[in-house]
Amino acid sequence: MRGPQGAIAAKMGDQKSKNPLKTFIRLLSYYKECRWQLIIALIFILIYSAGVLAASFLLKPLVEVLKQTGITPDEKYAKYIALLIAMAAIYALSFVANYTLNRLMLGCSVKILCKLRIEMFNHMQSLPLSYFDKHPHGELMSYYTNDIDAIREMLHRSITQLIISVVSFVGIIIFMLVLSPSLFLIVLVMGVAVYFIAKIIGIRSSKNYALQQKALSKVNGYIEEMMAGQNIVKAFNHEEQVREKFDEMNEDLQTAATRANIYTNVMGPIMNNLSHIFYAITTTVGVIAAMNGAVLIAFLQYIRQFAERISQISEQYNFILMALAGAERVFELIDEAPEVDDGTVTLVRAKYAADGSILETEENTEKWAWKNVTPLGVEYIPLKGDVRFFNVNFSYVPDKQVLNDISLYAKEGQKIAFVGSTGAGKTTITNLINRFYDVEEGVITYDGIDIKKIKKSDLRRSLGMVLQETHLFSGTVMDNIRYGRLDATDEECVAAAKIANADYFISHLPEGYNTQLIADGSNLSQGQRQLISIARAAVSDPPVLILDEATSSIDTRTEKLIEKGMDGLMEGRTVFVIAHRLSTVRNSNAIMVLEGGRIIERGDHEDLLRQKGKYYSLYTGMTELT
Amino acid sequence: MSKNTTFKNLAPCVKGYIMPSVLTPILIIFEVLLEVFIPLLMAAIVDGGLYGEEDFMLKQFFSAELIANKPRFILTVGMIMVCAALFSLMFGVIAGRTAAIASMGFGSNLRKKLFYKVQDFSFANVDKYSTPSLVTRLTTDVSNVQNTYQMLIRGFVRSPIMMIFAAVMALKINVQLSLIFIFAIPVLGFALFVMISLGRKRFSVMLTKYDKLNASVQEDLVAVREVKTYVREDYEKEKFDAAAEDLKKAQFRAEKVFVWSNPIQLLVMWTCTIILLFMGGNRVIFQENLGTGELVSLLTYSTQIVNSLAMMSFIFAAWSRSRASFGRINEVLCETPDIVGGESDAKVENGSIEFKNVSFAYRNAERTLNDINLKINSGETVGIVAGTGEGKSTLVQLIPRFYDCTEGEVLVGGRNVKDYSLYELRESVSMVMQKNVLFSGSIYENLKWGDPDATNEEIERACKLSCAHDFIMSFPKGYETDLGQGGVNVSGGQKQRLCIARALLKNPKILILDDSTSAVDTATDAKIRKALREYLPGTTKIIISQRISSVYDCDKIVVMDKGEISAVGNHQELMRSSEIYREVCESQAKEG
Repeated sequence: MRGPQGAIAAKMGDQKSKNPLKTFIRLLSYYKECRWQLIIALIFILIYSAGVLAASFLLKPLVEVLKQTGITPDEKYAKYIALLIAMAAIYALSFVANYTLNRLMLGCSVKILCKLRIEMFNHMQSLPLSYFDKHPHGELMSYYTNDIDAIREMLHRSITQLIISVVSFVGIIIFMLVLSPSLFLIVLVMGVAVYFIAKIIGIRSSKNYALQQKALSKVNGYIEEMMAGQNIVKAFNHEEQVREKFDEMNEDLQTAATRANIYTNVMGPIMNNLSHIFYAITTTVGVIAAMNGAVLIAFLQYIRQFAERISQISEQYNFILMALAGAERVFELIDEAPEVDDGTVTLVRAKYAADGSILETEENTEKWAWKNVTPLGVEYIPLKGDVRFFNVNFSYVPDKQVLNDISLYAKEGQKIAFVGSTGAGKTTITNLINRFYDVEEGVITYDGIDIKKIKKSDLRRSLGMVLQETHLFSGTVMDNIRYGRLDATDEECVAAAKIANADYFISHLPEGYNTQLIADGSNLSQGQRQLISIARAAVSDPPVLILDEATSSIDTRTEKLIEKGMDGLMEGRTVFVIAHRLSTVRNSNAIMVLEGGRIIERGDHEDLLRQKGKYYSLYTGMTELT
Repeated sequence: MSKNTTFKNLAPCVKGYIMPSVLTPILIIFEVLLEVFIPLLMAAIVDGGLYGEEDFMLKQFFSAELIANKPRFILTVGMIMVCAALFSLMFGVIAGRTAAIASMGFGSNLRKKLFYKVQDFSFANVDKYSTPSLVTRLTTDVSNVQNTYQMLIRGFVRSPIMMIFAAVMALKINVQLSLIFIFAIPVLGFALFVMISLGRKRFSVMLTKYDKLNASVQEDLVAVREVKTYVREDYEKEKFDAAAEDLKKAQFRAEKVFVWSNPIQLLVMWTCTIILLFMGGNRVIFQENLGTGELVSLLTYSTQIVNSLAMMSFIFAAWSRSRASFGRINEVLCETPDIVGGESDAKVENGSIEFKNVSFAYRNAERTLNDINLKINSGETVGIVAGTGEGKSTLVQLIPRFYDCTEGEVLVGGRNVKDYSLYELRESVSMVMQKNVLFSGSIYENLKWGDPDATNEEIERACKLSCAHDFIMSFPKGYETDLGQGGVNVSGGQKQRLCIARALLKNPKILILDDSTSAVDTATDAKIRKALREYLPGTTKIIISQRISSVYDCDKIVVMDKGEISAVGNHQELMRSSEIYREVCESQAKEG
């Protein structure tokens, strides 16, 4: 959890869209998922666009019929009605096409959103722990909320509109080219002008939009921080200062937001009126060039249509911009390098043959073995829980060594304790055993196998952990215990709860094991949560157990009560204990005293007392006080 | 939570932005007027200039001789059109600016108002909403309201003006035919009403699923170590995928309703067109009381009317969707902070504390404190021992009035805590909690929370007392070290020591340490307590701890059990008289 701030700051600094077009194309590529729906929708878009164009051009013959002279009103009426029916038919068709295409596109976008979410989450699961340590939860959460929301807006509204506009655009351009290539030159000028104006406004607005997002996340962060630390704000009468700082940030946000908003707001009027100006210019030029009146009139119709499309696209502009910024961040997460798991040694259920050799089996024998496939053949090594460190060095940030030349061994069933002040590297050691982080130098072995060769998921399956800060999941108490081993029966879960001495309080909950836990188990006390997490570790039944300050939140009386349970849990397992309370580590086979990333003392309780070193002073300090 | 209070609460936020808020609609009126004027010019160019028709739009404004000279006429009208477009552009751009200024200003004021309000909340107020929910209200909900405000000042003039203009023109042409709109409006309105009311229900279902999905992400992020340790990535994926699929279905169901909005608008528009053409054509051909040009104009107006109706309904739909946000914001603004400081400007004379028949229960929960009577003299050191969650934290939180007791009274310096102003009371009480918070910024900045005017020497002294000086100096930047959000750059024990230093700088009359050395090793813990005893003799010190070693030498030790005081006395007395105390001691005595 060290030093993530710099990374975030650096990231925020260059939040503007790097390659919007690339992002856009990548986002579009998700339509592959529903290509048939898209193709059918495209056909309907063609029908709809053609229908709208056709209907608007039917108006001309209709009017001409009305103006026609020399025929009887009845004949005129018959002709008129025939045209009107044709028009109504086209409208009906366009209506159906419009509904169908919207419906189809909705189906696509909902599917794509779901796929994006799942892809993002699934990929996130494969990321190494360091990624989560470096990125605050709030930031990761915003991928799922703000960014996906922005993409949703675009997929729901803008994409369809955009496709319709582009299709009509192409149609209109073709018509115009056929009608009058020379007048089309004017349109070309108009197109270029529109392009450049859009680009200028676009650059500014996306720059300001990035500034706004940055200011917004700052304000959000500040609100979150102050809300979380509200008791301190109150305890120190700091309301006034907090308000001042908030006002400052809030004003920054306002400035940035206003600027970004202005640019998006002026886009519409500029585009709209620009097309009006071009309309006037085209007419005038056409007349001056003494063009054919009918051609000119038709052409002007197209210009109006052309302009309408442009203003429709510019209405969507803001949504598209926001969505692309969001999509970029989402893709960034998806592209993040996953945790490498190149281990080949796997954990398999084992059965001992009569001659003592190990056989792989599907049955639940409750025995496990490491399976190492080498060019020489398959080798099975029984799972025991023997962990050794050989000259291990490690640092989170380059020149800040956290562990220095650590060597130690924990034989099967031994209890090894780490004692030392905070920041001495105790937790880091456990982070290395389960490969949340990888050693820089040196080797860690598990049953004689370099843990880098073991498949991570299998390595972790062979390790149990109870951490200082326990997190529970929404669901029942039973579900939470079962999290340790998904195929555990209710009885096994209850038995595990009994081991952890959690059974008593659980049975006193309103609905016992079926009590629903809310929001990280906030309806339980910290101690109770800890007991559940111990039960969770018990049910997973691993050969190696890591207890990282597992009992620090439990008062000593309760601790005493669960001591037996803990002893039961630790029996027959290799255990690594990290504790502040020396009482928890006293009966360990070996105690390591860590300081500044080095083991400065080691030995069992009696040895260390005899050494009269750091441990002795800690311990005697304790005796004197009690 | 009625609409009235929403308006009453939100209206003041316009302050400072009244000018742009008023100017925006006015500018938009001009923009719209030009916008409806320009098509008339277009018609004049085409009909009068190119077709050379007898009768065309705006004919009355041009002289006969100009109309006769076609190129000049077209040039003139073209120029007028360019001018109109330029003016419209100007109005549009300025309106875009003022709208942005007005709405962002409004949003900023609102956010500020909310933040200030929340600052006044007591813990009980905050508990009612939960922190994440308050954060959402201050961010997402404010954004929604701000956008709606902009839509209102921009859109609610545009559409009606356009509609009124179009309706007047249509009525001028033919009253009977215009009546068609009287039928079209309710049809469209009804369709939209059905859509919105159906959609709203489905949308709220969707939002619940959405919350669930987010909760599942949040949970996964918080518990990422557990997930990885138990190799439950696949299980989490399954859970998430199911939630995502669920959301997909709900989303489709909800959005499906709104798929109708565009087609319905088109349907109404086109039906009007066909009916107008049918009835109008009849009149043109047989009754001859309607001109062809007039019929075509009527069509244009019908399109404008339906479009502006659709836009109004769009605004309405958006407004109704943001109603939830309005409600949530107003709820916060209507909340009355339930802890307000006393009127008197009495000073806290000394650090004596007395609990008289104090009982306390959190909102709708069972009593956590029951009839507590306890007297602590100024300058005494008092230890409180109890099991987890047995009311000891609650008890001390009543002293600086983080909560108010439900029954009985709490006295500080001989006066009821409710008599003091909150500032005075909290200035005299320093509290360090187990889960304490540091803020982003340097160590210096954080320590200065205790005393903004503290000198470097004073800060160093406090840090030496709390055994923080040495590790601070071991950082390359020393006291200038940046702590990052939530103090992520220091370890738990270091954080606690910094928090103690911060509390000491306040120079309080009462210092409460609520399990605040739990992550500090025992030797350091002992050193800190020794320093406190020696250097702060006049300060009343309350030490809550699970370790007997932290409290055994206190003047007085309070043993709590099930929300009641079970025994009070010094170590020796309690060893004799309190079974609970003895048990706790024995559980720890084995250690040595």
